[in-house]
Amino acid sequence: MAIKDLPDTECVMPGSAACPGCPATIALRTTFKALGKNTIMVVPACCTSVIEGLHPNTSFDVPVMNIAFEAAAAGASGVKAALKQQGKDDITVLAWAGDGGTYDIGIQALSGALERQTDFIYICYNNQIYSNTGIQRSGATPYGAWTTTTVGGKTEFRKEMGEIIQAHHIPYAAQACVSYPEDLYNKVKKAKSIKGPKYIEIIAPCPPGWRFGMEKTVEMGTLAVETGAWALYEYENDVVTFNGKSKLLLEKKIEPKPIEDWIKLQGRFRHLFKPKRDVKRLKEIQEHTDMVWERYRKHHL
Amino acid sequence: MRQCMQGKSHYHGKGDNEKMTVMIDTGNYIAAKAATMAHPDVVAAYPITPQTTLVEGIANYVKSGEFKGEYICVESEHSAMSACIGASATGVRTFTGTSSHGLLLMHEMLHWAALARLPIVMCNINRVVGPGWNIWTDENDSISQRDTGWLQFYCSSNQEIFDTIIQSFKLAENGKVSLPVMINYNAFILSHTSMPVDIPEQKEIDDFLPKYKPKWKLDVENPITFGNIILPAEYEKVRKDMQNSQENAKKLIPEIAKEWKKKFGRYHGDLIEKYNCDGAEYILLSMGAIGAESRVAINNLRKDGFKIGLARVRTFRPFPKEEILKLGKQGNLIVIDRNISVGSEGAVFSEVKAALYGKSDAKVYGFIAGLGGKDVTYNDIETICKKAVSGKAKDCEWYGLEGV
Repeated sequence: MAIKDLPDTECVMPGSAACPGCPATIALRTTFKALGKNTIMVVPACCTSVIEGLHPNTSFDVPVMNIAFEAAAAGASGVKAALKQQGKDDITVLAWAGDGGTYDIGIQALSGALERQTDFIYICYNNQIYSNTGIQRSGATPYGAWTTTTVGGKTEFRKEMGEIIQAHHIPYAAQACVSYPEDLYNKVKKAKSIKGPKYIEIIAPCPPGWRFGMEKTVEMGTLAVETGAWALYEYENDVVTFNGKSKLLLEKKIEPKPIEDWIKLQGRFRHLFKPKRDVKRLKEIQEHTDMVWERYRKHHL
Repeated sequence: MRQCMQGKSHYHGKGDNEKMTVMIDTGNYIAAKAATMAHPDVVAAYPITPQTTLVEGIANYVKSGEFKGEYICVESEHSAMSACIGASATGVRTFTGTSSHGLLLMHEMLHWAALARLPIVMCNINRVVGPGWNIWTDENDSISQRDTGWLQFYCSSNQEIFDTIIQSFKLAENGKVSLPVMINYNAFILSHTSMPVDIPEQKEIDDFLPKYKPKWKLDVENPITFGNIILPAEYEKVRKDMQNSQENAKKLIPEIAKEWKKKFGRYHGDLIEKYNCDGAEYILLSMGAIGAESRVAINNLRKDGFKIGLARVRTFRPFPKEEILKLGKQGNLIVIDRNISVGSEGAVFSEVKAALYGKSDAKVYGFIAGLGGKDVTYNDIETICKKAVSGKAKDCEWYGLEGV
């Protein structure tokens, strides 16, 4: 399927309050092309709660319930239970949260909803920071990255949320990227067709948060995949299947681009290059990336 | 499953509905029965002592088929309230129960439920807050949720728990209120003590409490965004509307109590329950189980020649300002608080004085008693009342710790 073949459905209407170059709106548009309008959306505190626009207006053409930061998955559990009682089990319930609301404050409610086999789709659009609050560190922020709360660069590596999700042994999980809309579309479409809890995480390069030009969002996502900073895969029936360029990387059919190709374009890593090259930390980042892929190969080849 | 017998209890009055079952059981199992008979579509709950037998009771009704809704065993009280919010916003009747630390963990979502105008009904079993760990009763858990926008009832018997739960759904779901209701009752004193309770027939409950018809809901046929960013001027209107709704509840609570009395013959009072207030020069104010114990004290004091009556405060929110002002015009007031707003005084004591301010010359005596679950007997209550009547009581005293 090519981009031109995606359905015309638009649930994000023009006039949203998103920043120029926002990856969340790309992800939302693509997601709703797959889900359609027979969907109820639960949104915790995140950029999307701003993108929606000001009361009494909205930029969404599906019912949306805003809920507290840590409560998306629990709120969605309630929506689904009520729909079941109303005989409207065919409606898709989508919890749509950022990485802060998923990796950190919302992980308990998410884990609970997955364990209870809640029939819903949870999508985390991951821009690796608390961006709505002005670029603070989250559990998804990569090592070395500047944020307003890691001024000299983050001193820890990010959590592997995908592996935490897999430990719940849910029917379907996937990792996607805004730069590959057909792939994202297919993954959301597949999630919609499966009963039970589904989790999809979308890497979402954030121009103001990562410090790059608004015209480079797609390029930044592509490079995340090509350098191995992010992997595209599906998890189904306890088996992880890599796809796209990530599959070729896993099978060593292509060489990953050096991680530097990705980070040197982002202002959040500027201190690793100026005033002088931080050889030690650049080496650590490359070695960590290589180590993660070795682990992937050990488990999934 | 639980002890049940046919017959009439001492509560049985002269209502239209003569077919009742008497169920002898603890406050929690009675609450589970009431919640089940109200037919909530969704219950989401998390266990905490001393609420556990309430959620276990509902689980038993799930097993027996009496409870036909969705029962979500969530992983925390925060998620319990969040799931109730999701369900209620989707347009169905919802119920939950908690206690103490569980209620405190819900705090953020209590505000959310009220601001979202969702008619969730919840039992809170009044339990002490730690540290140190203490599972006995006082009211500091629910008093600290005073400003969340929830209506708060305090019960003094298992029969009142049953009746108040059913009535609360009707109150919360009334379009003039559209706010959640918290039904409070004391840990162990009520939650784990068996009493005979009249249980009406299911059909009679259904007639009294029709199916919930929400004003708005999450609906794919009519997609609306709820709870997005709101500017100051609009937000202020939301708060004022909540205040108006609490005022509306002041009128509706007596109406619903009257309808219940006509149908089932039972009445526990409106916002307050008055007992022996005729000709009283002193009126004792208290909440919850102390309110029940106070009846015995009032009987004894009357026998000893004291002109004293009792006004049991049933609703802390809305606070019965008007009724209390009437009492303040009749006589002096004695307030027993099983709570303390540390750095100030008992919560009911403060509010009673505020209700009288500038409009009554009544003296108001405040006593803190029964914190940490310490027993408060009718003898204690008599001692407190006698001290107040003697005119020797300080503004606010801690019963048993100083003075008295």
